[in-house]
Amino acid sequence: MVKFDILKHELVPKFTILSKEEVEALRQTYGIRKEHLPWIRKSDPICKVLGAKPGDVLKIERNSEVAGKSIAYRYVVPG
Amino acid sequence: MSVNDIAKSIKSIRFGLLSPEEIRKMSVVNIITADTYDEDGVPIDAGLMDRRLGTIEPGQKCQTCGNRVGQCPGHFGHIELARPVVHPGFAKTVYLTLRAICWNCGRILLKKEDYDKYVQLMEKYRRRWPQLRHKLAEKIMKRASKLQECPYCGREQFKIKFEKPTTYYEEHPEGNVKLAPSEIRARLERITDADAALLGLDPQMARPEWMVLTVLPVPPSSVRPSITLESGVRSEDDLTHKLVDIIRINERLKENIDAGAPQLIIEDLWELLQYHVTTYFDNETSGIPPARHRSGRPLRTLAQRLKGKEGRFRSNLSGKRVDFSARTVISPDPLISMNEVGVPIEVAKLLTIPERINKFNIDEMKKLIENGPDNHPGANYIIRPDGRRIDLRFPKDRKTIADSVEVGYIVERHIKDGDVVLFNRQPSLHRMSIMAHRVRVLPYKTFRLNLCVCPPYNADFDGDEMNLHVPQSEEARAEALVLMLVQEQILSPRYGGPIMGAIQDYISGAYMLTKKTTLLTREEASQLLISAGYDGELPPPAIKEPEEMWTGKQLVSLFFPRDFNYTLKANICQKCGQCKKEECPHDAYVVIRNGVLISGVLDKKSIGAGQPESVLHRLVKDYGTDMGRIFIDKAFKLFLSYIDSRGLTIGLDEEELPKEAKEKIRMVVEEAEQKTAKLIQIYNEGLLERLPGRTLEETLETKIMQELEEAREKAGEIASQYLKETNSALLMARTGARGSLMNLAHMVACVGQQSVRGERINRGYQNRTLPHFKPGDLGARAHGFVYSSYKDRLNPIEFFFHAMGGREGLVDTAVRTSQSGYMQRRLINALQDIRVEYDGTVRATDGSIIQFKYGEDGVDPAKSDHGKAVNVDKIIEKVVGAGVI
Ligand SMILES: [Mg+2]
Ligand SMILES: [Zn+2]
Ligand SMILES: [Zn+2]
Ligand SMILES: [Zn+2]
Repeated sequence: MVKFDILKHELVPKFTILSKEEVEALRQTYGIRKEHLPWIRKSDPICKVLGAKPGDVLKIERNSEVAGKSIAYRYVVPG
Repeated sequence: MSVNDIAKSIKSIRFGLLSPEEIRKMSVVNIITADTYDEDGVPIDAGLMDRRLGTIEPGQKCQTCGNRVGQCPGHFGHIELARPVVHPGFAKTVYLTLRAICWNCGRILLKKEDYDKYVQLMEKYRRRWPQLRHKLAEKIMKRASKLQECPYCGREQFKIKFEKPTTYYEEHPEGNVKLAPSEIRARLERITDADAALLGLDPQMARPEWMVLTVLPVPPSSVRPSITLESGVRSEDDLTHKLVDIIRINERLKENIDAGAPQLIIEDLWELLQYHVTTYFDNETSGIPPARHRSGRPLRTLAQRLKGKEGRFRSNLSGKRVDFSARTVISPDPLISMNEVGVPIEVAKLLTIPERINKFNIDEMKKLIENGPDNHPGANYIIRPDGRRIDLRFPKDRKTIADSVEVGYIVERHIKDGDVVLFNRQPSLHRMSIMAHRVRVLPYKTFRLNLCVCPPYNADFDGDEMNLHVPQSEEARAEALVLMLVQEQILSPRYGGPIMGAIQDYISGAYMLTKKTTLLTREEASQLLISAGYDGELPPPAIKEPEEMWTGKQLVSLFFPRDFNYTLKANICQKCGQCKKEECPHDAYVVIRNGVLISGVLDKKSIGAGQPESVLHRLVKDYGTDMGRIFIDKAFKLFLSYIDSRGLTIGLDEEELPKEAKEKIRMVVEEAEQKTAKLIQIYNEGLLERLPGRTLEETLETKIMQELEEAREKAGEIASQYLKETNSALLMARTGARGSLMNLAHMVACVGQQSVRGERINRGYQNRTLPHFKPGDLGARAHGFVYSSYKDRLNPIEFFFHAMGGREGLVDTAVRTSQSGYMQRRLINALQDIRVEYDGTVRATDGSIIQFKYGEDGVDPAKSDHGKAVNVDKIIEKVVGAGVI
């Protein structure tokens, strides 16, 4: 079976792993700890593909019907 | 007591299990007899009503703490169980734990390397993801249940079977062996503290073996008070009854064990003890019959006290009761403002507002005190600066009291015109279900409300009742006024449009007034404007000769702002292919230029409730809520005055069609009947072509339904062609005031197909719906097609089918409301503490982020244009002053 590349699927938004500095900036903007972000499990297909590890923060850029483009973040947790 | 007086604040709550030692330690008496009182009504020592458990009778001192009824908190006792029993609330956890450990040595069934890995992982989780610990524990337990042999003692492991509610078996090759609670407890005792932590338990707070009870706490008597009936018969609480059962069986079990009775008898009694303990905790446990009272009523035990609508949580903790509230039937009053609520004098005399006397209001307050509780603007109580309350009901001479009050006293005065109150109608499904109104004290016994607030409350006047609450503090009143006042709620967050607006007669009135043919004399015009509260000049008449005449459009225009521009198509628009705009023959093209209604009629589309992008919406959004309120209060009164003076009615003869039309309708229906017959014939001959995804029978049904629906539509069209233009029902349907063309067609042309479950009526007898038809008759008449119109009267068969369809409708609404109510409850419980912060994020109470920008675009739907942040077309129109439709 040919492995399916979920990153190329049109319904999968753009995910990127934030650098340490970016995470720190994000924490500052919202005045939060990383745990206060929405979570995503390490076993999530996107984490597997990107190689995200618990503790990482993912940036998600979605095309939004109402806002054009919307940006969200998720905190990778084990499981 | 205020917020600042709190002695201690709770930072966190930790739940654990009571150990047998703790239960004994907190107990003041070991209960050993099942009896409660002796013949003289004195509590028996060591019985369930032992006086050491706390006082329930007034005047008596508690034997434990020495306090009297109000002061004594009540004290626990305990029962020493002859044999251990499984705590039914932890039966599942016991099962999962047993599966994960060795029956012999009690270690978790994990290989050394796995074990070490998980210990490390658990430690890491404890530091970084404490919320995920239980997930890991679940994983560990699942993993451990797989091993066939203990890596520590090498013993073979057996599969464990759990039978609800509290029975466990071990599957040995020779057959299943039942595990006694004592055996279970022994196994759980062998678990080390470190292992327990790995299984998701905190051994300090909850040792696994505590899930098997050896001692049962007995709640204080104040938790289960006995009541003495008038006849002098004492009646015990359900919990006491259940505890009596437990003690009786416990005693018998103990006796039998001591007497060395056969194992079988002991096991039976043991199981019975388990049953009683299980039902004591939850009498609705699945798998066992509920314990019943002598009368046959199931007992209300611990779980039942907490669960459900009448439980402690929903009834006593979430469902608080309040003072300063009133409830009565509502009725309409088109003459009061939409911001007002009519309050009966009798209610106004019971609801009060505390007002502090100062040098500005002292004279007024003295007058109120003098009036006392029985005369309307009066007062019920005075609170002196030292906190003493003076009840004004009793003193004869209130004049002296009034003279004695000084600045600083507080007067609990009656509510009066202009006070702010909260008004509510259940079910409170959205924020407009509770709005702030200003009081208008009125005679008679109902709450009066302006008809424009009916839609947000979903109120009508067929007996609806509403609640009224009086905010007591200045802060509460200010908040209510700014956030909750009716006019602030005109624009709904539900769809970014006005939820309040014209309904029914307002719309009919507006249409008739603004119609081209409406011309008013000076007297008529003046009368209308006066009733609408207009105090400006009369504009120059539209017609000067032979008599001065004003158009309805002119009068309405007086209520628009001078720079108001708007264009839209009215509800009566016939959707003619090429719109002639201002030249529309139906006058359906509404144009407002510089605050003057140039063309078009006002109807549902422009002023109706719940119509986004309407004249009303524009007015409120562009000119503010004050403007919106004034327009609704004044212009709408104009519409009502006009409909009042002109009159609007429907009668039987108005729904009469000419012979010609009846003949046409008959032909259409007959044609449809022939077509159905033809379809059936084709079907019977086996020539019918199957539609994709349907069976042959379904195809036939669909085709017949289509045919008949078409016939009804055609009949309706014919009817509306032949109805006079002046027909009131037609007017109401076209303007959107009430009813639809379909309703009208039902009345005058043909009621059409009745359906149950979205199909023609197919139920009843074998192969036929009623004995009046031949078996297998597939025709229209035999399956619920009603040829008659309501005016023509339905024949008995048609009436019966109509009742079937009607019944389904009623049942549906009943079922839907209960289902959506439950859904709403759960949604609200899940969302109630979430809020939008000032940075635009949506967060939970702990500061965690749920949305990074509210709704992705950060737009408040109540302040939006039908969901969009801006409506570019309307801005252009406003600036350019020309229609862009
Ligand atoms: Mg009603
Ligand atoms: Zn006490
Ligand atoms: Zn072992
Ligand atoms: Zn038109």
